[in-house]
Amino acid sequence: MNRGLVSLLLLISASTGASEATVAVAANFTAPLQQLIADFSAHSTHRLRVASGSTGGLYTAIRQGAPYDLLLAADSLRPQRLVEEGVAVAGSRCTYAVGRLILWSADPSAIAADPVMALAHPALRHLAIANPDTAPYGVAAREVLEGLGLWQALAPRLVRGMDIGQTYQMVATGNAEIGFVAASSLPTPDPTGSRWEVPPQLYSPLTQDAVLLQRAQDNPAALAFLRYLGSAPALQRIAALGYAPANRRACGKA
Amino acid sequence: MDDYGPLWLTLKLAAAAVLLLLVIGTPLAWWLAHGRTRLRLLFEAAVALPLVLPPTILGFYLLLMMSPKSAVGGWWLQHTGQTLTFSFTGLVIASVLYSLPFVVQPLQTAFEGIGRRPLEAAWTLGATRLDAFLTVAAPLALRGFATAIVLGFAHTLGEFGVVLMVGGSIPGETRVISIAIFEAVERLDYATAHALSLSLLAFSYCVVLLVYVLNRRFPRVLP
Repeated sequence: MNRGLVSLLLLISASTGASEATVAVAANFTAPLQQLIADFSAHSTHRLRVASGSTGGLYTAIRQGAPYDLLLAADSLRPQRLVEEGVAVAGSRCTYAVGRLILWSADPSAIAADPVMALAHPALRHLAIANPDTAPYGVAAREVLEGLGLWQALAPRLVRGMDIGQTYQMVATGNAEIGFVAASSLPTPDPTGSRWEVPPQLYSPLTQDAVLLQRAQDNPAALAFLRYLGSAPALQRIAALGYAPANRRACGKA
Repeated sequence: MDDYGPLWLTLKLAAAAVLLLLVIGTPLAWWLAHGRTRLRLLFEAAVALPLVLPPTILGFYLLLMMSPKSAVGGWWLQHTGQTLTFSFTGLVIASVLYSLPFVVQPLQTAFEGIGRRPLEAAWTLGATRLDAFLTVAAPLALRGFATAIVLGFAHTLGEFGVVLMVGGSIPGETRVISIAIFEAVERLDYATAHALSLSLLAFSYCVVLLVYVLNRRFPRVLP
């Protein structure tokens, strides 16, 4: 391309105010993000591209210079580290969603009034949890089991999904009779089987943080989308998809 | 020692899979090489499928097929008291399917190279079919067997996608080395990831080197 054409294109994009950004998103939030972007794009000329992966994988990629502008992580640890390491913009970190942990079974009668009975049932072969090494929902599930005093007893029956989506799959296919899954994995509005919404005080909050990466500190599309994530329509949509709202450090307030 | 548990488990899995593959793969390869029906083309293509399919497809269908809710998985659970998914046995079955072409194809090539004539000669001398195969064909196909064993073993070592879907990462049972490396990277434990990766890298290199050495060593079989 010659210089004249480049400056012409720059002029056009500056005059319309449209810019482009790439959002790296944790796998569990990919589908919700697509819906949010569709909504966002209806009111904006900015264009967003999505790259999906595990939070750990995306973190490693970003450290290696991957061309992402915004990270929507599945935890708060990785965004915090990126800020500390100078890769993300200090003060841009905010919570866009809080995950809800559900004990779920595809069998409508497996989880009755007392969920601990279902967990401690002697005939239980497999309890699926997300892998605490790779997924925040796995850490939460371990905290719940430890809190209930069942971690040791259930250890031989645990099977681990790489992420919370795979954990849901293990239970949905009947390979594990019961499992700790994400509310956002369960079909809405009418999930089948039986479930117990784990009280939030039994596990550390499943805070999902977003952060602006250094290269995008002046990127209008990334900044606009970060603001949109804290708007009322976005929050409403996120809640409808099975997440709780942030009770502090919400997005779009800065 | 505990850190290297996944390595031993992986070696055990690869050995079990290769053993089973030799039992299944040898007659299958012989039939593919010398069978007289056109049907064998269909089977030849089916055997090669794991080469082109993403392991997640195989993993997904195995997850459904081995589920206690399915006919196969339910039957297994009823007769053994254990589920096929999330078990070492399940991984062996998955590995056999996944590594099938790596064992069958070198054997088939070797058997085709030998042709039927040496065997027909043995039969006319009064040898039984099994006898003729073991004393005439098998020694001539030694290089094919060596390549099949090494490739089947090595390919099972590197298995990830299938194990990820049907394994459930149970320590000592289904947490093989590729899964352990993935988990170590995810929890930012790069020291463990390096240790496991380098041991697998060194081992794999030796295995591939062995294939080349074997290829020089055994005489090429000419028809």
